[in-house]
Amino acid sequence: MGECSLRNKQQSKKIGGGKRGFRAGGWVERYVAAGFALAVLGLWQAIVPLAGLSEFVLPTPFSIASRMVRERWLLSQHAYFTLIEVVAGFSVGVLIGIPLALAIFYSRVFERAIYPILVALQTVPKVALAPLLVLYLGYGWAPKVSLAFLISFFPIVISTVVGLNSLDRNLVHLVRSMGANEWQTFFKVRLPAALPNIFGGFKVAISLAVIGAIIGEYVAAERGLGYLQLQANSQFDTTLNFATVITISLLGVLLYYVIDITESRVVHKLETSK
Amino acid sequence: MIATEGSGGKVDMIERTDSMNSIERSKNGATVEISQVSKIYQTREGDEVVALDNIDFKIGAGSFVAVVGPSGCGKSTLLSMLAGLTPASTGQISINGEKISKPHRKTGVVFQSDLLLYWRTILDNILLPIEIKKLDVDACRPRAEALLKQVGLDGFGNKYPSELSGGMRQRVAICRAMIQDPGLLLMDEPFGALDALTREQMIMDLQAVWLRIQNTVLFITHGIEEAVFLGDRVLVMSPRPGRVDLDLKIEIPRPRKWRLAHEDKDFQGYVRQIRDIFEAKGVLVAH
Repeated sequence: MGECSLRNKQQSKKIGGGKRGFRAGGWVERYVAAGFALAVLGLWQAIVPLAGLSEFVLPTPFSIASRMVRERWLLSQHAYFTLIEVVAGFSVGVLIGIPLALAIFYSRVFERAIYPILVALQTVPKVALAPLLVLYLGYGWAPKVSLAFLISFFPIVISTVVGLNSLDRNLVHLVRSMGANEWQTFFKVRLPAALPNIFGGFKVAISLAVIGAIIGEYVAAERGLGYLQLQANSQFDTTLNFATVITISLLGVLLYYVIDITESRVVHKLETSK
Repeated sequence: MIATEGSGGKVDMIERTDSMNSIERSKNGATVEISQVSKIYQTREGDEVVALDNIDFKIGAGSFVAVVGPSGCGKSTLLSMLAGLTPASTGQISINGEKISKPHRKTGVVFQSDLLLYWRTILDNILLPIEIKKLDVDACRPRAEALLKQVGLDGFGNKYPSELSGGMRQRVAICRAMIQDPGLLLMDEPFGALDALTREQMIMDLQAVWLRIQNTVLFITHGIEEAVFLGDRVLVMSPRPGRVDLDLKIEIPRPRKWRLAHEDKDFQGYVRQIRDIFEAKGVLVAH
């Protein structure tokens, strides 16, 4: 029975359809978040002149926004370099993480020998490796991509293994009884059932990859948003500092939604593929 | 309308004749032969557990055989072996005279839970066996729709499993097993997870569908009434070691009505016979 109720939960999770179903009066909830954010920004905007704070200590949201518009070329140029590092690190994470997850899932040797090592390695704080990576890989893109890769790799492997293991074993019996070989079992059942987990891992990984790239830039860089922020910091340009932080967040949000949209595309394709 | 598989392997549609009884029996049914089959499991401690002990019976083409027994009597193991998913330790099983070592192409299986793939529409779930066997999916679409209609789910083809109730989903699972016109339909406690009223309806519906298709069915259950109602024959099994204690022929004309269980003397006689076995074997203990 436990298995059954688990399945029902899985099934009631609607795929692709983003219907959240607001209850009567639910519109309040929808606007509460936006209203709250506006209130905080308004308060911030008001408090700076009231408290007599200089731009140097705390710039107002308005001056940050107008600085972002003015410096859009500078910001987007540096954002571009950071974006490349993040995407490269994440892609390497996927290219190595997914095959490794498959090896762990299918091979006992990998599961017994490699998995514990992976978990042990995960306890090493990746951020602490940044100076070492610079030492070995230099000042270019390599240490940033490596850091983004190292930090995003683990959630990809774990979520894929968990996703593959979570499959109801009876589903395997079902397709086997139809005469499916392992190849078909994988593509018809195992992979589709694991996709929500895999994409969940991707979403965590892409956010972490941004952190990895920025940390790499903090340690040694000549370009990228992390570098720009350190520059702003050393020149006591707090407004640009804030503008950079917001650009980093926007980059993270953008990448998150790229994954999110890819997920619904893939799932949609799965639903309609024959 | 019902559909049958044509000689060329293509799916044709034929109009159902008005009198359902005119359809010849054993037209599509496979024959099953289980000879001296035992299944011995090795436990982790190295002990041997005899799940099935020297099972030996035959099922004629187009016959509905219900297997009834308590949990642990090996009935699911038996089904799994017939499905070609579990090898027998000794003895052999053949379907239509072919010894099986892997899933037989003419076998359809219905499990206790519906096992529908939630990312596929109802129609695509039903067509899954066709896809896996790399047959012509488009050619089978009308048959899938006809099957849905037969189980009262006309127009549900483009919905997703999450939009259907438990009983409806199990009907879809039955359609999926029927899509390739299985000569042998294996059902492993298919209604076990349903509520009592839904189950009663499903039992009647299964009888109706089977009376049209008339294939060979092996139906596993722990419900005595369910077994007597559906079966041409009821095999009564007991555990430790799992063996067939009684092979009971049910001679009640079809279509049978569920009220027989409460009104018909013959029906109750069969039920009593099975209960007597369970009491003698200590499966049911009177206080």
